Amino acid sequence: MDLLGLANYAVFMAILIGIYALLALGLNIQWGFTGLFNAGIAGFFAVGAYTSAILTSLPATGRLGGYELPLLVGWAASMVAAGLIAWPIGKICLRFRSDYLAIATIGIAEIIRLVIRTEGWLTGGVRGVTGVPRPFGELDYMPSQIAYLAIVATLVLVAYLLVERQVKAPWGRMMRAIRDNELAAAAMGKQVEARRLQAFVFGSALMGLAGALFVHFNRSITPEAIDPMIATFLIWIMLILGGSGNNRGAILGAALIWIIWSVSELLTDRLPTEIAVQAKYARVFIIGLTLQLVLRFRPEGILPERQAGSPPRR
Amino acid sequence: MTFLDFLNFHLVPGVVLGSIYAVGAIGITLVFGILRFAHFAHGDMATLGAFVALALVTAGLTPWAALPVAMVAVALVAIGVDKLFYDYLKARPKIMTVMASLGVALMLRAVVQVVFGVDPRTYATGIVRPDDYFGLLLRSRELYTLAAVILIVVGLTLFLRHSRWGKAMRAMSDNPDLARLSGVDNRKVTMLTWAIVGALCAASGFMLGINTELDSMMGWQVLLPMFAAAILGGVGRVEGAVLGGLIVGVAEEMSIFILPAQYKAATAFVLLLLILLVRPRGLLNGKVL
Repeated sequence: MDLLGLANYAVFMAILIGIYALLALGLNIQWGFTGLFNAGIAGFFAVGAYTSAILTSLPATGRLGGYELPLLVGWAASMVAAGLIAWPIGKICLRFRSDYLAIATIGIAEIIRLVIRTEGWLTGGVRGVTGVPRPFGELDYMPSQIAYLAIVATLVLVAYLLVERQVKAPWGRMMRAIRDNELAAAAMGKQVEARRLQAFVFGSALMGLAGALFVHFNRSITPEAIDPMIATFLIWIMLILGGSGNNRGAILGAALIWIIWSVSELLTDRLPTEIAVQAKYARVFIIGLTLQLVLRFRPEGILPERQAGSPPRR
Repeated sequence: MTFLDFLNFHLVPGVVLGSIYAVGAIGITLVFGILRFAHFAHGDMATLGAFVALALVTAGLTPWAALPVAMVAVALVAIGVDKLFYDYLKARPKIMTVMASLGVALMLRAVVQVVFGVDPRTYATGIVRPDDYFGLLLRSRELYTLAAVILIVVGLTLFLRHSRWGKAMRAMSDNPDLARLSGVDNRKVTMLTWAIVGALCAASGFMLGINTELDSMMGWQVLLPMFAAAILGGVGRVEGAVLGGLIVGVAEEMSIFILPAQYKAATAFVLLLLILLVRPRGLLNGKVL
């Protein structure tokens, strides 16, 4: 690979890392600061991706679309749509321990997948949505990639600053109080369920935005683009390895895991075809094992959660 | 549609599917009730059991003879998984164990995919014609499945009600601290629970495989209906899990009257949300964690 190809690849990777960083930040709001177990991240991601794609794409026969709305409308709508799906689920499940939320989010991700495959009039079925515009897409390849990277990086930075500000505010202290001792927080008059619902909806909205960024980067989306379990699981590992409860950790974890995952894919693709398929699933095994090792030997992650005036939480 | 058609094409498949869900849901309810966490590797453990049985069938055993061997094998796997991946998380919040079980689910599935590939498989080839029992059409594998489920449920109920270890398990489910103070060895009960849960996983995976086909995603796809069944019946209640399993199985088969067939898999999810909304303790008054 020559230098230009390498630079292209680096920019491509950086854009995807940015998108995963947004997902990890969204999960950090839910799990890191509030202790909510969302096992359906891929579902909220898909809702955001399809919402923005349908609202902004060129007209196509056989499916809804062709509104050609401005990008910002699509992005805002993707956040609203993901949040709207999260709301009733949270409303029903957040009264109980997080196990129930985990089951229900696995369910909703499955339903979303079914709807995307079945409702061709809405999502184009297996053919998916194409003709999704990309900001600065009319430039040459390299400038267009760099411009998109700038957009993604800006959004990650804005999301990071907003989430940081929010968790440093009294809201963040309250969320940690609820996470660490629900009974005590409730006794102090905190509305545990309502606050958890806020965190769940905010986090899901951020995941929806990541979906929108992904679809405008790819210019199209099909149901195959989202493998529910692997995608969800990768983001969990990013957060746990990077350090749950630490936004910088979430971003670091996203970068590390995505680089390892992609490079290992490059390596397994070079294997002879007889063992390439097995190697593909062996990677999944290693990802599962990585989680176990992190949980066992470094549960606080690379960058542990910081707490003012007290030693790090164990 | 005649009444017999309704029975043959909707109720019978629903009851068969439901009793398979029931066996899986019993395992989920035991882990949920005794060890107090949602075990997400349950479905993929069932996949493993189905494929272990397939390996034995390939080696020359008949399918129903392979079942007990597969149950023992997966029981050992379950004990090993607990020792390696769950045991050290005991002192930490239970939700960490839930997360570890999600990782185990991925690992077990990857093992099946590496060893057996991803193409659908069957235990036996050829089409089995159902026999006619006064108009009721039943295949022998369906009769065997129902018989095996009844055997498992009755055996397990008797064990939990009357044996010393069964009582210890129920005591730990009701109040672990009190059980420990009364001399129940929590470690042994945990091991025994995993052995039973692993065996039940293998049984449900095998019966799903013999009535449909084997596929590396089969267990993951039945995880949601099994959880719905366990919660519907009441967490910690074996008879609740059986009732819940039958309701979910029959409801899935009936759903085609009101929903497009593609949304059959959504039935369990709707039932799960409904029961959490109106009666989170489940039909038979189980636990809420």
